[in-house]
Amino acid sequence: MKKLLIYLKPYVKECILGPLFKLLEASLDLIVPLVIAEIIDTGIGNSDSAYIVKMCVLLVALGFIGLGFSATAQFFAAKASAGFIAKIRQVLFKHIQSLSYTEIDEIGTSTMITRITSDANQVHNGVNITLRLLLRSPFIVFGAMIMAFTIDVKTALIFVGAIICLSIVIFGIMLISIPLYRKVQNRLDRVTVITRENLTGVRVIRAFCKEDEEIKKFDDSNEALMKMQQFAGKISALMNPVTYVIINIAIILLIYIGAIRVEAGLLTQGAIVALYNYLSQILIELIKLANLIITITKSVACGNRIQSVLEIESGEKENRENVKLSGKTDSVYAVEFENADLKYKSAADSSLSHIDFKVKKGETVGIIGGTGSGKSSLVNMIPGFYTASKGKVLVDGTDIKDYDLKALREKIGVVPQKAVLFSGTVRENIKWGKGDAGDDEINEALETAQAKEIVDNKKEGLDYYIEQGGRNLSGGQKQRLTIARAVVKKPEILILDDSASALDFATDAALRKAIKNMRGNTTVFIVSQRASTVRYADKIVVLDDGRIAGIGTHDELMDGCQVYREIFESQYKKEEA
Amino acid sequence: MAKGKKAPQGTLNKVLLHIKKYSPFLVLSVIFAAASSIAMLYIPILVGDAVDLIVSKGNVDFKGVLKIAGEIGAIAAASAFIQWLMNVINNRITYHVVRDLREEAFRKIEILPLKYHDSHLHGETVSRIIADADQFAEGLLMGFTQFFTGVVTILGTLVFMLAINWKIALVVVVLTPLSLFAARYISRKTYKMFKLQSETRGEQTAFTDEMIENQKVVRAFCHEEENLKKFDEINKRLEKSTLRASFFSSLANPTTRFVNNVVYAFVALAGALAVLDIGFTAGAVFTVGSLSVFLSYANQYTKPFNEISGVVTELQNALACAARLFELIDEESQTPDSRDAVILGEISGKVELEDVSFSYTEDKKLIEHFNLRVKPGQRVAIVGPTGCGKTTLINLLMRFYDVNGGSIKVEDKDIRNITRRSLRAGYGMVLQDTWLKSGTIRDNIVMGMPAATEEEVTAAAKAAHSHSFIKRLPKGYDTVIGEDGGRLSQGQKQLLCITRIMLCQPPMLILDEATSSIDTRTEIRIQKAFLKLMEGRTTFIVAHRLSTIREADIILVMKDGKIIEQGNHRELLKKNGFYTKLYNSQFEQTG
Repeated sequence: MKKLLIYLKPYVKECILGPLFKLLEASLDLIVPLVIAEIIDTGIGNSDSAYIVKMCVLLVALGFIGLGFSATAQFFAAKASAGFIAKIRQVLFKHIQSLSYTEIDEIGTSTMITRITSDANQVHNGVNITLRLLLRSPFIVFGAMIMAFTIDVKTALIFVGAIICLSIVIFGIMLISIPLYRKVQNRLDRVTVITRENLTGVRVIRAFCKEDEEIKKFDDSNEALMKMQQFAGKISALMNPVTYVIINIAIILLIYIGAIRVEAGLLTQGAIVALYNYLSQILIELIKLANLIITITKSVACGNRIQSVLEIESGEKENRENVKLSGKTDSVYAVEFENADLKYKSAADSSLSHIDFKVKKGETVGIIGGTGSGKSSLVNMIPGFYTASKGKVLVDGTDIKDYDLKALREKIGVVPQKAVLFSGTVRENIKWGKGDAGDDEINEALETAQAKEIVDNKKEGLDYYIEQGGRNLSGGQKQRLTIARAVVKKPEILILDDSASALDFATDAALRKAIKNMRGNTTVFIVSQRASTVRYADKIVVLDDGRIAGIGTHDELMDGCQVYREIFESQYKKEEA
Repeated sequence: MAKGKKAPQGTLNKVLLHIKKYSPFLVLSVIFAAASSIAMLYIPILVGDAVDLIVSKGNVDFKGVLKIAGEIGAIAAASAFIQWLMNVINNRITYHVVRDLREEAFRKIEILPLKYHDSHLHGETVSRIIADADQFAEGLLMGFTQFFTGVVTILGTLVFMLAINWKIALVVVVLTPLSLFAARYISRKTYKMFKLQSETRGEQTAFTDEMIENQKVVRAFCHEEENLKKFDEINKRLEKSTLRASFFSSLANPTTRFVNNVVYAFVALAGALAVLDIGFTAGAVFTVGSLSVFLSYANQYTKPFNEISGVVTELQNALACAARLFELIDEESQTPDSRDAVILGEISGKVELEDVSFSYTEDKKLIEHFNLRVKPGQRVAIVGPTGCGKTTLINLLMRFYDVNGGSIKVEDKDIRNITRRSLRAGYGMVLQDTWLKSGTIRDNIVMGMPAATEEEVTAAAKAAHSHSFIKRLPKGYDTVIGEDGGRLSQGQKQLLCITRIMLCQPPMLILDEATSSIDTRTEIRIQKAFLKLMEGRTTFIVAHRLSTIREADIILVMKDGKIIEQGNHRELLKKNGFYTKLYNSQFEQTG
């Protein structure tokens, strides 16, 4: 939570002025019992009704000034807290976006979403209330104590004792309940995960008639959440009653000691009433404080969770001193793998080892191999999504570690395995590839990707609205649009990561023809399971269990590479017969 | 304005309906609130009595003071205990109600028609069940804890004050409504602001959800800055609406406090004059002690108004959240299984489509007057160019969507007269989008057959060729995979989905490009396993492989969402239509 507080910095003024005005208002409150004591001792004592009226007008005036102070305080508090949380959400979102593939796999998306939404809301409430009220209560408590000292030192010692006891109780309960509320949040996370899962997997769940089981699972976590909430609630519910008892013990002592002091002629009746009023004020403030602390402990717990996400360092942040921004070089090779290995963070074995080959500019490279042979990992190394644990990968003659990541990725168009589109029009989606693309360029890209007819069939054309996750498109339509998105910027290197799997053969063939005829000297990587897709590539890389089993053209491999021949024959023999 | 008030009103009734179940606790809570408040109110009277016993030097009744002190102690202790009990009960009611609501909402998710899920952002639905429910709980709890105590304190104080001096009590009674008016005015104004805030928040959640879920694509396209810009735009609006909502709602407190201070001043004036016997005397003698009681009451009498007004704003917020939650709960469910729906027993695999018409939206007709007869054990291949709507048929067969016209029959029974459960259990489905739940690999495999033995699971995994890669995972079958499969490759996920079906061996199969992400060597083996599985089982397969297509008994050729040709391979080639064109383009490939 502490590290989050730096985002309050732009609001230092508000953070000081808010509580300050609140304190001003509170000090007015502290004057009230004194005025009342005056009314009793002077007004009633001397039967001076004019004096009483005067004092009552003073009370109203104090109230009015207090209203002004308080409204000002609220404004500053609202401004600071709203700005603060907006900043945190922004920083958090930015940070999450900077996380690398590895971290994203680890944390999971729902957790991140809870942080940015409900946790952030709780923190907002906490900050707002803290600025508005937190200082007020202790101030009144200690102010009342000081005022008590001005009336009578001996009796004021009761105040000191009471306040010490109260602090112990309040902080004790706080210390116990903070970890409890963290537990509550963790259980809430679990409920979130189940809810999300049931939305994303609704078809499978219904196909397997798992509704009842899922409901039971949800009920269990929901029940566990509730139990924890209740338990935490039980502890914090102690706060009010205990403070109440302590204050009343103080009142009893006040009456008893007061009686002795009055008997001795050291105190007046009005003073007793004033002291009693101060104790009542303390009680009222403490009740408020207790409610406040519950909100604040909750929000501190949430703040810590936000901070823990912010503390995850992105694996992509490395020391990049001589970053190469962009610009073409005269290297003949577009991509070179120099004895590169890839090992995932928690994996025991390397996923790829001794990858060593060069690709000339303008070449088409097919990558083929079994599931888990490392095809995707290999192409994901080119844009630096995963970095080589040994050896290196060069793009355009330069080690990718020396690139500015953005500049590197500008050169590369990626079509990921999973066809993902975003809610927005077709045009907006294609523009992801190239922000300033005109309609001509977009149409050209759609044609290359064999996706023109998708748009032509919609009366809205490029303005056709794609729903979240591309739900209103079929798998094949999505794939073709993701291809269009990648080719629109005419990348130097185009990576198709098994991105034609949902396409039928005819479309697949037409697509490959179109990509080949793309203007510019594009180097193309095609990852596929189908021999037909890679067959006509200039170079085919055959992967087997993370190693290169063969490199060459179709004919060369048919002669010299057993793995390739097996794959090819398994697919073609039957059909050609 | 009347319109703006209606929404929370309806919601309020629904909330009350949900609380009704806990009415015994509610009654207890009210009784405890009354008991503790009255006890707390009685203490100032005791203190007032004590003050009157401590008049001046040599004029102090120690015996009386001690007796009163004892009484204060006993009453305070009792009241504190009751208060704690009340808090515990309130917690209980609130968290139970919220649990009930979440349960209800979740059950709703399971029975909503797929149309709802296909057209609503998941993030928004999640935000309703999680964030809105949370906010609602908070408001409700605050309402319970402070509302009753507040009301009882107000009533109790009133009675006590009237008993001591009705004239001064009248001053208080006449002035305090001002505070209520102020609170009412402010809360009415802020309800709209809270609603706007909540809506903007929903928008932000949906955006965050979409972008974070597809973080990898975002990174690949260096789209972080654009996203940030869009996020900032929503964030700015949210900041503004948050500022407004929290500032204006927080005005309620100072305003009512001001009114309180005015009341306090008047009580001081009237009380002091009464002690001097100038006016406001009513029956009994009004002492300095009585004045102290009155002042303390004036405080206590108006403080609940403060609290209640705070509670009212909080409740407004809570109701706005509850309204969003109820919106989900009140969403129309899918048509439930009809009462006389039968359970499919033995399934031979006979499926008939009679005069079926279907479209997702009224303005775009898709399938019209379509007929298909599938005999038990037949294989139906659905082919067509990419994006021709092949999944529509699956939606209908599984009854994810209902037909608009005609009927689909399984075993000569209209599927609308069959329980969904038994219909769907009859099919084994492997979808294009592989979906895995968080849990162990085993949990995922046994989804269709929870009672499967270790041997059965391993056998199925071996048959689906997933055994070897599962074995290589850190904890084998007990490896916990995260949401949506976590680090498994697309191919591995698909293998798991196939294993799932392999295990439960359903009588009918729906395969949707099931093997598209699996390498060909494995695919061949799976193909063999599937052939074995398909033996004697009716199969609908969205197919790309010519071998599959050629061996199919019926081929449905689809284009633009419509079924344009139907027949077996030979018949269709003879027709020399669209299928021939498709087939030739493939032939050109391989030749």
